[in-house]
Amino acid sequence: MAAAGCGGGKEIILATTTSTQDSGLLDELLPAFKQESGYKVKVIAVGSGEALAMADRGDADAVLAHAPSSEEELVDKGSVVNRQLVMHNDFVILGPADDPAGIKGVDSATEALTAIADKGSPFVSRGDDSGTDKLEKSLWKKAGLDPEGEGWYEQSGQGMGATLQIANQRGAYTISDRGTYLAQSENLDLEVLVEGDPVLLNVYHVMQVNPERFGRVNAEGGQAFVEFMVSEETQEIIRNFGVEEFGQPLFIPDAGKSESELGLD
Amino acid sequence: MDLIWDGIREALRILGTGDYSLWEITLRSLFISGSAVAISLLIGTALGSVLAFNEFPGRNLAFAVVNTGMGLPPVVVGLLVAIMLWRSGPLGQLNLIYTPLAMIAAQTIIAAPIVTGFTAAALRSLSPRLRSQLYALGASRLQMLWLILWEAKLPLLAAVMAGFGAAVSEIGASIMVGGNLAGETRVLTTAVVLEVSRGEFAPAIALSIVLLALIFAVNLILTTVQQQEQRS
Repeated sequence: MAAAGCGGGKEIILATTTSTQDSGLLDELLPAFKQESGYKVKVIAVGSGEALAMADRGDADAVLAHAPSSEEELVDKGSVVNRQLVMHNDFVILGPADDPAGIKGVDSATEALTAIADKGSPFVSRGDDSGTDKLEKSLWKKAGLDPEGEGWYEQSGQGMGATLQIANQRGAYTISDRGTYLAQSENLDLEVLVEGDPVLLNVYHVMQVNPERFGRVNAEGGQAFVEFMVSEETQEIIRNFGVEEFGQPLFIPDAGKSESELGLD
Repeated sequence: MDLIWDGIREALRILGTGDYSLWEITLRSLFISGSAVAISLLIGTALGSVLAFNEFPGRNLAFAVVNTGMGLPPVVVGLLVAIMLWRSGPLGQLNLIYTPLAMIAAQTIIAAPIVTGFTAAALRSLSPRLRSQLYALGASRLQMLWLILWEAKLPLLAAVMAGFGAAVSEIGASIMVGGNLAGETRVLTTAVVLEVSRGEFAPAIALSIVLLALIFAVNLILTTVQQQEQRS
């Protein structure tokens, strides 16, 4: 055990979002990757903001994230290359069953947030610059609201799982990716109140950190991981992941599709 | 209430079966924190005896620094070690980030001042006559140090207990420099955080029980040794 992790060996560092780890998807995929490529993956599960910051410093070899506009910035800067669409699921607005702001069944996410703000109902935000946090912030902006500093608006500063627990304990509203919510739903009293608005689409891309820019980046390993994530076998694993336990897939595989097919511009 | 009872029942089952890599994680915690305390003991006895037995300018300042070190916030230690060890950091070429060695380094920085502080205080409280007696008996410096440390072995045990307690229950630094990697750098505390964030309370409770039991067992052994020493 003393030698664990100290040897050179074939390994890569994957910076990713908490949702891919908290939902259990990576536990399913990484053993297959190891078997296929020989690479051991060191998963650093953080918010998408931190994951992308790691890539921007060359502290990771590959990234799996769900913050498209921030990812595009890194592509433009040349910090990451070979960015490819992997899968999507969607975000849902969750809240207590008694729904004090009356948003159940509202079609528009921004309308729902406006109702929560009007009522001053408690809302728990990630507040950690993750992909989910960035999406939530963009929705408030679209609604023309700035909830920061309001008494009913709280920021947990933690991952999705921990934030769901806090919202659950407080009887508060929150926004979560569907995968993490489903994986935890047996411990939660929160209900899905708003879903299906196209702005709630949650899209995951994989990319490798640019080896030409950072000397210590593992070019071969990063590329192998990107190829693995969009391969047919992996996409099939993603398609079936969670079906048995939750009766529906947690992620919809998208490799090879274009962004416009998903309804993104 | 269901959550509590179901959680505890399930936790006991996990303790029986060792699911969730319970014992592997426990051994790793013991290994990493034990190594950090062993290194801290070397540093602590060396520094502690220098501080206790020598008059030099700035000695009070040195004591103040050690005392501050005893309360170092682990998360600050974690950040400093992480910045040094990241690939983009000054020691990046060592490839130590996200390894058990990085965790041992961070926990040593946390535990060493505690061991040093306890050691210096213990050695200071020994009778000053002891040294002159040993000197009169013609002991060499090294022999003298060894005899004095032997004389102070009980307070040194207390230093080990305090250092181990701080290292094994620490989380901020471990998660930052270790990355909480399954099978590599996941220790009891970081595993608890992960299971809670996954909403898996039963394994979190089981891991917490082991962590408490571990700290209790280490303290029990050390206390027993102390009491036997005092009796003899």
